[in-house]
Amino acid sequence: MAYLELNNITKNFGAGANLTEVLDDINLHIEEGEFVAIVGFTGSGKTTLVNLINGLETPTSGEVLFKGNPVEDTSHERGVIFQNYSLLPWLTVYQNVEMAVKEAFPNESKSFINERVREYVDMVNLSPAISKRPKELSGGMRQRVSVARALSMDPEMIIMDEPLGALDALTRGNLQDEILNIWNKNKRTALLITNDVDEGIYMADRIIPLKPGPKATLGPEFKINIERPRDKTDLNDNPEYKKTRNAIIEYLMDIGNERSSTSDKVYELPDIEPKDFRWDNRLSR
Amino acid sequence: MKDVLLKVFRFLGLGFLEPVVKLAAGEDKKKNSIETFKKVIAPLAAMFLFIGVWYSGSKSLYNTEADYAIEKALSERGEAASEEVRDCIESGDITCQPNTLPSPSQVWDSFELLIEDHKQISESKKAFKLKTQSLNKKRAEQGKDPIVYTGRPSFVDQIKTSIKTVFAGFLLAFLFATPIGIVIGLSETLRNSFNWLIQILKPVSPVVWLLLVFMIVKTLTKDSTGDTSFVISFISVGLCSMWATLVNTAVGVSSVDKDYINVAKVLRLGTFQKIFKVILPAALPLIFTGLRITLSVAWMVLIAIELLAQSPGLGSFVWEEFQNGANDSNSKIIVAMFVIGLIGFLLDRIMLTIQKLVSFDKGADV
Repeated sequence: MAYLELNNITKNFGAGANLTEVLDDINLHIEEGEFVAIVGFTGSGKTTLVNLINGLETPTSGEVLFKGNPVEDTSHERGVIFQNYSLLPWLTVYQNVEMAVKEAFPNESKSFINERVREYVDMVNLSPAISKRPKELSGGMRQRVSVARALSMDPEMIIMDEPLGALDALTRGNLQDEILNIWNKNKRTALLITNDVDEGIYMADRIIPLKPGPKATLGPEFKINIERPRDKTDLNDNPEYKKTRNAIIEYLMDIGNERSSTSDKVYELPDIEPKDFRWDNRLSR
Repeated sequence: MKDVLLKVFRFLGLGFLEPVVKLAAGEDKKKNSIETFKKVIAPLAAMFLFIGVWYSGSKSLYNTEADYAIEKALSERGEAASEEVRDCIESGDITCQPNTLPSPSQVWDSFELLIEDHKQISESKKAFKLKTQSLNKKRAEQGKDPIVYTGRPSFVDQIKTSIKTVFAGFLLAFLFATPIGIVIGLSETLRNSFNWLIQILKPVSPVVWLLLVFMIVKTLTKDSTGDTSFVISFISVGLCSMWATLVNTAVGVSSVDKDYINVAKVLRLGTFQKIFKVILPAALPLIFTGLRITLSVAWMVLIAIELLAQSPGLGSFVWEEFQNGANDSNSKIIVAMFVIGLIGFLLDRIMLTIQKLVSFDKGADV
């Protein structure tokens, strides 16, 4: 039995004429300590899939099993890092993290909570900004707070919903390393949702593409057989990396083409002709 | 020094004085001169324009009234009488001044008169207190009520009473509407159940509320001999003004960003934690907007309600002056008008400042 199991999941929203079938026939097994990445186009139902796993939504049919028990509600065992940070703007960095720590360790002393908050804020290198509010932080810093908040609850599994999607390449790289370090330290199970194939290859053990919705479903998995720790610059020359990357991109291109060829949307081009400037007075003068 | 001054001004909502301060400090002269013109000189010019229009308007109304009085005397009582009326008007004798829109200077004079009047009344109050001090002590020993001053209230006393009433009404609205708004906002069923009632009661006129409160309070206070007009007026003010807070709180609570709710769910906050740590802070900007509207509505209806309920305050001051019809009554009414407007503006500023202090939404403005 796998650590996390998704069996024959379908998820629909609405009913009747407004019915949207977002996910269909999703089967996913994640082992303990594994780092799995799900890659997909924007709007393919990735966030819905995440919400099913963390317990914010329930599937229309099928079952989500976490350590053998069905997921019915959110749990401290599964920490979530949201796509849009979701920090509470009226709380400081410290208070945002403190809120999570207090909930996860309700019986601990004040000094324990204080120490733990500071430890995790320090871990994401935000100690100088500990009493600032989210508004005063950059996007990368906000996401690091979100990471600290999720990890401070000591979850057994980390679920990341496009955590780095809105960041610039440099910050992205740094945060990827930070997340990998933390994951490596105590070998938690991790699920990363991303739209960046390179990010997936760099971080994960397995990559599973999500075919775009409606009726999104998981494609064939790609194993990443590259030794850890991986080095970003060496990765570019690694034949295994090239092979996997090409295979995934080819697959994604194929389903992308499939989607555009099945789309019945007609793009009407404006009816215009290029203007002939040769006889324009202004130019002949 | 300069930075402190700027901070204080900004906090007080006097940000328009910023370029003046910077100009005085000799900072970027050209830009700050333009800013000073835009933010200080142009508004001042507008103020003068307003006073000018008012002055000429009152002048022409005055002439119309005067001409009419002279005409009337001529047609009814003949040449000599009309001359007499003309002389009387031109001499400035107050017995025959035309009764119309007062000019700015008349209003200013009335204002000074009212302040003078207030000084006199407070002095006589003080004297009265001194005189009855020993007597009241004796009465207190005998277990009797002290003798209190029962003379005419001054204009400033009226303002104080009005502010007291409006605060009592606002407090009532706040204590009543916010909790109900939160409860209604949290439950969709409750929201649907009471929406019709709120929508129907919201547009009801202050006068009707007053009568309704009167009906109830009259019966409830059958045995008491005290003055019920204050109770009636502040309850009516509260009832009229609470709707904005009620609706805004309900909307604010029910439309909290889904991301925040998701955070609360993922962190597994308890119901109370969720309400007090996530939902209420998120809804605070909207709740405060509601409270601001409530306070300004309260101040607006207060005048009408005092006028009708015969409870002391600015409203009854205006009404009494109108009924009085003395020759400076009109200008006293205008003085009251400006005072009412100014206090309303100040109340709004106070609320805005409090909102900025307690809410995370620092962008709140005007």
